[in-house]
Amino acid sequence: MTWSSGVLFATACVIMRSDQVFALIDCNSFYASCERVFRPDLAKTPIVVLSNNDGCVIARSYDAKPFVKMGEPYFQCRERLKRHGVVAFSSNYALYGDMSERVMSIIESMVPAAEVYSIDECFADLTGVQGSLTQFGREVRGKVLQRTGIPVGVGIARTKTLAKLANHTAKRLQSHTGGVVDITTDFERDWVLRNTEIKEVWGIGRRMTEHLQSMGIQKAMDLAKADPRMLRDKFSVVVEKTARELAGVPCLELDEAVPPKQEICCSRMFGKRLSELAPIKQAVATYTGRAAEKLRAQGSKCKRMRVSIRTGMFNPDELHHAQGALVELPYPTNDTLLLTRAATSAVERVFRAGYRYSKAEVLLLDLRQPGEFTDDLFAISQPVASGRLMSVVDQINDRYGRGTMRAGSVPRTPDWGMRRELMSRSYTTKIDQLWRVW
Amino acid sequence: MTITFLGVPTGGPALLPVYSFRVPAGFPSPAADHLERHISLDELFELRAPHVYLVQVEGDSMQGAGIFSGDLLIVDRSKDAEHGDIVIAAINAEPVCKRLHKRGGVVMLQSENPSYPPRYVMEGDDLVIWGVVRYSVRDHAQ
Repeated sequence: MTWSSGVLFATACVIMRSDQVFALIDCNSFYASCERVFRPDLAKTPIVVLSNNDGCVIARSYDAKPFVKMGEPYFQCRERLKRHGVVAFSSNYALYGDMSERVMSIIESMVPAAEVYSIDECFADLTGVQGSLTQFGREVRGKVLQRTGIPVGVGIARTKTLAKLANHTAKRLQSHTGGVVDITTDFERDWVLRNTEIKEVWGIGRRMTEHLQSMGIQKAMDLAKADPRMLRDKFSVVVEKTARELAGVPCLELDEAVPPKQEICCSRMFGKRLSELAPIKQAVATYTGRAAEKLRAQGSKCKRMRVSIRTGMFNPDELHHAQGALVELPYPTNDTLLLTRAATSAVERVFRAGYRYSKAEVLLLDLRQPGEFTDDLFAISQPVASGRLMSVVDQINDRYGRGTMRAGSVPRTPDWGMRRELMSRSYTTKIDQLWRVW
Repeated sequence: MTITFLGVPTGGPALLPVYSFRVPAGFPSPAADHLERHISLDELFELRAPHVYLVQVEGDSMQGAGIFSGDLLIVDRSKDAEHGDIVIAAINAEPVCKRLHKRGGVVMLQSENPSYPPRYVMEGDDLVIWGVVRYSVRDHAQ
C-alpha cells in the first residue's frame, strides 16, 4: 500500500511539471445569442428557444432564466412568458449550425489545436502560448464577439477537467471575470476547487454526486485530494481520471478527430398524432434517408437496422403502444433505396391500427468502416452502381440543398412534419431569407 | 471607360478545370501546360470567411453610393468602422445601412440621398456598429 501510493505520488509530481495548457471555450446561451445576432431589437429582451415541435424550453438567455425552468413544456409556460415579455423561438438549427461553424473556425485560427466538443463549446490546446493567458483569452473572446456577435466564456487550466471548471467559474462570476478565468497557477486553482460543489465537476453525474457526498466528498477539492486508487476500485477508472485531472495531472488529451459513430439514429416526434400507416411510412422513409446520409458522411456501411414507432406515453386517456423491429440487411450497405425499402416494410409489420402514434425512430446498427473487416470472397456485397448512385445523390443535395433528390416515398412538405411556428429566418444559409436593412 | 476582361466565373467554389484524356492523337493543346484555376467570386468576396455576412438592402437612402433597393451587401465584421465607411448599424435597435461620419466629436449616420437628412447620434441614442460594407451586388436585368 505504502509502496504503490509512493509510486503514484512520484508519477503525479513528474507530470505536474508538465507545461500543458488547455482552454474550454463555450458560447453563452448559444441558441438565444444566435437569435439576437440579426435582431438588435432583442438585445435586452429575454429569449427562450423551444425543442422540435415547439415542445419544451431547451435554451434560455440569462435574463429569461428567472421566468422559466429548463425543459418546461411550452404549453405550461406560454402565458407566463408572454406576461414577462419573454420572446420564444422554434429551434432554427440551420442558423445555429452556421453560427457555430463561424465561431469554431475563428477559434481554430487563433489556437495551436482545437477539439470541437459540441455545437457551442470547444477545447483548445494553448500549450506554448506566450504572455498572459488571461489576455489571450480576452483576445479570443473579443474577436469572436466582434466577428459573430456571440459572447463566449473562456476557462484556462492545466487539464481539460480543470479548464471546464475554470469556464464554469468564469460564467458564475461573469461580472468579476469578464468571462475569462485562468487557473493555471496553484493559488487560483485551489480557490476554484475549494469553492466548487462536486456536482459541478465535468463527468460527475447526479448518482455519482450522491455516492461521493455520502463519503464526505463535498467540494471539488475533496475529490482532487481523494486517493485515486480507492476511486478506481470503488467506482471506475473514469472517476479516478477525473480526480487526477482535478489535481492537475492531465489524463485526457485533445481529441482532434472525432471517431466514427458506432450507431446512427434519426428519431423525431411527428408534428401531430398519426393513426394511418401511409404517413407513418413516409416519416420512416424520411428518417431513413437522413440516417443514411449521416452514415455515408462518415464513410460507413451498416448491416442491421432497427425501426420503431410509439404512441405518446404520458396521456392517461390514450392507448399506449411501442414496438420496434430489427432488420438484417443482405449485405453491409449505405444505399438509401435499399434501407428505405427495408425500413418501410419493417414498419408495416409493427404498425397496429387503432393507435395514435407520435414518434418514429430509425437506428442503423452494426456499422462498418471500409477496410475494417474482411469479407469472404463469395459473400455478396453492395453493387458498385449503388455506391456511385448514392455519391451522385449526395453531391446534388450538397449543391442544391438537402432533399433536392430523395426517395419517391419521401414527401417534400409533409403535413406531419415538425411544428415550428415561431422560427426565425435562415439569415445566413438561404439567399431569400437574408437580413434586411434600410 | 476601360474594361478589363477577367474571365468566366464559375458556379461553385471548387470546380477545377479538367482536360479530357480522350484527346485525339496528334497535335497536343499548347495551352495544356498553362491551365489555371477558374476565377471564383466566393474567393474574391471572401464569402466563406467566418466574419463575412450577406444582407439585403431595402429602400433608396443609399442610392448616391450606388446601392439600390434589393441589392446584396457583403459585410465584413472583422474591421473596426472608420470615418467614411459604409456600415451596417443598429440605431436604437433599428438595422440601417448608412455612411458613418465621426469627426470632431460628432457621430452621424449619413444617407446618400438628398431627401434623407443625416441622423445625428445623440446622447441617449443606442448605436451599435454591426459591420462594414465591402461590396454590393446588383442584378442589372431586374
